[in-house]
Amino acid sequence: MSYTVLVVEDEPNIVLSLQFIMRQAGYTVRIASDGEQALRAIDEYVPDLVLLDIMLPKRDGFAVCEEIRNNPACNKIKIIMLSAKSRDADREKALALGADEFVTKPFSTRVLGELAKNLLETRA
Amino acid sequence: MSGSVVLIVSFLYLGLLFAIAHYVDTRASVKRLLSRNPYVYTLSIAVFCTSWTFYGSVGRAATTGLDFLPIYLGPTLVFVLWSSVWIKIIRICKQQRITSIADFIASRYGKRSMLGGLVTIIAVVGTMPYISLQLKSIATSFRILVTNPGGGQVPGVPLEPIFFIDTTLIVAIALALFAILFGTRHIDASEHHEGLVAAIAFESVVKLIAFLTVGVFVTYGIFDGFADIFQRASVDPELNKLLSVSNETDYSLWMTMTLLSMAAIICLPRQFYITAVENADEGYVRKATWLFPAYLLIINIFVLPIAIGGRLAFSSAPADADMFVLTVPIYYDHAVISLIAFIGGLSAATSMVIVASIALSTMVCNDLVMPVILRWKWFRANENADLTGLLLAIRRTSILMILILGYGYYRFASESYSLVTIGLVSFAAAAQFAPSIIGGIFWRNATFNGALVGLIFGFLVWLYTLLLPSLAQSGWLPISFIELGPFGLEWLKPYSLFGMEGFDRLTHALFWSMLANIGAYWVVSLLSQQTAIERIQAKLFVDVFLLTEKSGESGYWRGSVTVAELQQLVGRFVGITKVAEAFDQFAVERGVSLRKGEIVDAALIDFAERLLAGSIGSATARVLIGSIAKGEIVSIDEVYRILDETSQVIEYSHQLEQKSTELEQATQQLQLANARLKELDSLKDDFLSMVSHELRTPLTSLRAFGEILADNPDVSAVEREQFLDIIITESERLTRLIDQLLDLAKMEAGRMDWTLSEVDLLSAVNEAVIALNGLIKEKDITLTTSMPDKISAVHADKDQLIQVVVNLVSNAIKFCDPHDGKIHLDVSEVDNFLRVTVEDNGMGVPAPLKTKIFERFHQSLSLTGSKPQGSGLGLAICLQIVTYLGGKIWAENTRAGGARFTFTLPVRAKDAVIFAAD
Repeated sequence: MSYTVLVVEDEPNIVLSLQFIMRQAGYTVRIASDGEQALRAIDEYVPDLVLLDIMLPKRDGFAVCEEIRNNPACNKIKIIMLSAKSRDADREKALALGADEFVTKPFSTRVLGELAKNLLETRA
Repeated sequence: MSGSVVLIVSFLYLGLLFAIAHYVDTRASVKRLLSRNPYVYTLSIAVFCTSWTFYGSVGRAATTGLDFLPIYLGPTLVFVLWSSVWIKIIRICKQQRITSIADFIASRYGKRSMLGGLVTIIAVVGTMPYISLQLKSIATSFRILVTNPGGGQVPGVPLEPIFFIDTTLIVAIALALFAILFGTRHIDASEHHEGLVAAIAFESVVKLIAFLTVGVFVTYGIFDGFADIFQRASVDPELNKLLSVSNETDYSLWMTMTLLSMAAIICLPRQFYITAVENADEGYVRKATWLFPAYLLIINIFVLPIAIGGRLAFSSAPADADMFVLTVPIYYDHAVISLIAFIGGLSAATSMVIVASIALSTMVCNDLVMPVILRWKWFRANENADLTGLLLAIRRTSILMILILGYGYYRFASESYSLVTIGLVSFAAAAQFAPSIIGGIFWRNATFNGALVGLIFGFLVWLYTLLLPSLAQSGWLPISFIELGPFGLEWLKPYSLFGMEGFDRLTHALFWSMLANIGAYWVVSLLSQQTAIERIQAKLFVDVFLLTEKSGESGYWRGSVTVAELQQLVGRFVGITKVAEAFDQFAVERGVSLRKGEIVDAALIDFAERLLAGSIGSATARVLIGSIAKGEIVSIDEVYRILDETSQVIEYSHQLEQKSTELEQATQQLQLANARLKELDSLKDDFLSMVSHELRTPLTSLRAFGEILADNPDVSAVEREQFLDIIITESERLTRLIDQLLDLAKMEAGRMDWTLSEVDLLSAVNEAVIALNGLIKEKDITLTTSMPDKISAVHADKDQLIQVVVNLVSNAIKFCDPHDGKIHLDVSEVDNFLRVTVEDNGMGVPAPLKTKIFERFHQSLSLTGSKPQGSGLGLAICLQIVTYLGGKIWAENTRAGGARFTFTLPVRAKDAVIFAAD
């Protein structure tokens, strides 16, 4: 059974690239283009990993992250937050809210792939 | 003559004085008659003539000649030539309810008890020799009268004691008891004492008649009239000298004595008291102007005859010339006349002692003791207690003390001096008040400090040059003090200070004390500032005539004040309605009703003063309330001046308030600016963060697809083409973004290169539409336009103008209905403006965002909820361009709910270039 990755991103081109990378790695990819969609998707099916952009319409990445961490049913979900903002404050906030990794855009597809792989493998 | 006869006659005489005073005080009709009588008043002023006059003048005339006269010349000059000064003083005393000379000076210089106390001390010390003179004359005359048998024997002055103890002490105690009984029958020092005045006037008649009796007896009884006496005197060269003023020292002494007596007639506490305080009508002064000098003239007529008669009678043996008035009748064995002479001397002495002790005890009580007592805490705790007993006790004690002091001076110093010499020391002390009094009523700028320092200096010099040497000469201080100066310092010799020689002691003392007194008074007054109360008092004193003669119309200030008047006064300062409310509340709290015509009580006065103090300060309030409560007159002038001062204070505090408000405002503005700076700082931070984000987003796609293509050589051809397309699109987006950012930065910094010319707006709009035609067709949007046939040129940069239209239309494309997109573009010319509107049929702009959308990087969601394409800089750039071109841009919603963007551009009338539509 392959891992399921939820990509939460509002830039279509970036979605496309993330989808490609995750599929190459053999994961099942689901997509949400804003915060609310992301939370609805998680309600339907708990993913193993969430690639979570911060600047999202409706509810931003921080809010989604917090919701996931507050939901006991989702405690095994790994979260990689992606941000085009490179401020340290954002990184600290993301980690404090329970994100497992924080990746700055533009990212290296190779590094991102490795990170995702490691997180999923260390998952209990 | 038997001692018991003399004593009985003396006590009968004193009893008669009591009877007169009592009779006058208890018979209202007599009281009215006497209190309205200028003759009684003038006779009471003749209290000036004491034992000094009665015995001393003859003594002086018999030893040094005519220089007994200046003592009467001075008062005569004051009354004849300068009675106006008395009228002014009397007017002030009435207005201010003055009770003594100390009260007068203290009042003038701001009602400070310190000055009153100082004046009292000077007056008591200065009067001491004068009282000792009276004691000496009574005691000596009594001793002579009871011990000398007469009948051709030269009367000697018997040695003490003729009884068990010193006669003078008995006289002092007897006079003290008499003065206490006589002078403290009433408590209120500010009331007139008609009985006292009548008794003193009676004494003046007695001493005059007694002196004239002796004079007539000597002139016509013993000798054969004036001609006979002067004839005999001119034969004797010794006596002849008495009839002329011989040398320069005599002239300077005449001058000094005249000046001294001028000052004394005003400044001696008892003269001030009887002339000013006891005056019932200032018109009487005009009568006194000639009556009083006439009295002085009459009482002096027989001075020389008696003096020469005495000298002739006692040419064989030395005799005390001061006692000639008594000893000549004794010598010629006329018991009745000698008794009359004794009673005359007694009347002269008692009148002085009574008036002086009453005046001084009032001062001691009111200006020295009470101010101190009033500061004691226990006293304040019992402030409702009845003070009558305490006041009487203080006055009685002080009378006794004053006579004991007089006796003390007699014992220590005056035994060896003649009566006139002793009296002149007192005159010189009293003269120290002259600068403060005369200056005080004529010089408005004289200050409290000036008066204080002047009095202290003058008094100290008087002590040093007259009182201390008199003690030294009596052996109470080493005589070297006089001869070599203190500690051998010659320039400090009390009779020739700073080496000033060649003048008699009196002239010397008067010169230095007046130089110190007047000099300090003048200089310190110039150097120091008056307080508000001082200024008011100064004006009330100096301008007393002006103020009181105008006072007719402001009658409500006068007398007992009514509720309505008090309310009106306080209302001027506090506000009529506020005062009315306050008074009502006062009435309710006290459970009383205040009728307007009612005379106010002390409680309401206090209440009004507190009320006033709230708005004009306590000091001014006290003066104001004090003046109306005591019935003094404060003219409207004064009130306005006080008001003016108050309003200056208010103005000043108003300015302060304003300043602090300004400061507060400045602080607020600073805080605002600071907040704005912080906001700008965070805006800048946000902006950089947004720029970073906007740049990184396309970069992310570029890098990701670049890597994907590099790492996956086996991707399908379709995917490869798709990915390459994305790379190209994102590159373009990045380029566009960078261009826009640069444009915006340049525009905001004012460094944009504008290519301005006369632009045809219609053609610019058309070009924009053509540029977007492809996109419009692709999205299947219906674009309608409405444009005029011709339009005024606009001064603008054409490319930027096209940019504005493109941005607005592309926004409309993004946000119009995704299924049935409709865009309407309208160009029109209204007044001096060209107007372009772009409407769509989308969801419109939410009200809160109407201005926010023009900020950089504000991006709204499209209808589909997906992120719209665009940099988020389009509207910000539009705003910059339109603003630069002098126009306006705004967003609103159409009735159908879509968005409508409008911008206007101004047309300059002189650029009347018209472009026609193609």
